[in-house]
Amino acid sequence: MNQITNFTKGFLKENPILVLVLGTCPTLATTSSSLNGMGMGIATTFVLIGSNGVISLLSNVIPDKVRIPAFVVIIASFVTVVDLLMQAYVPGLYEKLGIFIPLIVVNCIVLGRAEAFACKNTVLSSLIDGAGMGLGFTMALGILGAFREIIGSGSILGYKFIQGDGILLFILAPGAFWALGYLIALINKLRRT
Amino acid sequence: MAKTESTFKNMVLSLTLISLGAAACLGFVYQMTKVPIELSVLNKKLSAIKLVVPEFTNNPNDEMYRLATGEGDSLEIYPAKKDGEIVGYAVNTYTNKGFSGNINLMAGFRPDGTIINISVLEQKETPGLGTKMTEPKFKDQFNGKNPSGFFLKVKKDGGQVDAITAATISSRAFCDAIQRAYNTLQKGGLK
Repeated sequence: MNQITNFTKGFLKENPILVLVLGTCPTLATTSSSLNGMGMGIATTFVLIGSNGVISLLSNVIPDKVRIPAFVVIIASFVTVVDLLMQAYVPGLYEKLGIFIPLIVVNCIVLGRAEAFACKNTVLSSLIDGAGMGLGFTMALGILGAFREIIGSGSILGYKFIQGDGILLFILAPGAFWALGYLIALINKLRRT
Repeated sequence: MAKTESTFKNMVLSLTLISLGAAACLGFVYQMTKVPIELSVLNKKLSAIKLVVPEFTNNPNDEMYRLATGEGDSLEIYPAKKDGEIVGYAVNTYTNKGFSGNINLMAGFRPDGTIINISVLEQKETPGLGTKMTEPKFKDQFNGKNPSGFFLKVKKDGGQVDAITAATISSRAFCDAIQRAYNTLQKGGLK
């Protein structure tokens, strides 16, 4: 398969959030601002690239019947690495994302890519697929976070441009569902035309 | 390379090896990040202490001690000293009366019990309402007040504190945490 398609399909054609609608739990919870969303996206990208690479490397060694436990061990190790690194070097962001970093372990995108792609393809393709999917995820989270931040708190990337508050509902949980719904509808419309 | 058969021996062997490899990597990363993590936690604490007490020359973190609140637990007290003389106490206080979850504050007191400044360490209040407790408009009204003469209750409850609009519960919780810090210091005997 063409490596360029492997990379670009994550952005629009098979975007994990907007088209496959996988991993919506961290999506809804961490996109209260665009920086938080992108931080989460980048952490997930790192895990995706690492786990995809290692799993495709070991795919012939791991017996089929125990592949899911093996995948989970590998994914969990990468998540713990990210967790420790963030705690050490970006404590501010780590505090905001908190519990959602360890929860990347059960993010369906990561296990989904391992099962659907990495264990059937070459290491290089898997790495590229992980990077594409991860950056597509980051992009979707960034856009959703920016949308909620602009409407909800009247700021963008932390810089306030209106006085007072925005529509607070968009910062709270129901606003996340709304914003995601609108975004998916928009992407569907674009894909059909 | 041929696919490994799913025999019992292969399954046990491959899972064991993968777990061992993972454990080795994690041990390495843990060793590597241990010192930076401790440093960043310490820095955060020290910068919060610096914010709420006057200039000091000692290391309040090394001289930290705990005082019982009288409610079955204890608070961390960080004495700030300048040239050996105590200029203030930073108290790591909390309340569980917040609207969602615990609220953690670092409150600075003069030796006579007057509040110097307060810094919010951790809160999970409603965005746009309870989170306003971190803004100067609310939290700076405590600065320079002594709880012995300043009734730490919101006005609705007969006190002297201006509550945050539409966040009375969060405001009450904030007062509760400050009161706890003050009572604990008083009981421990301000030096």
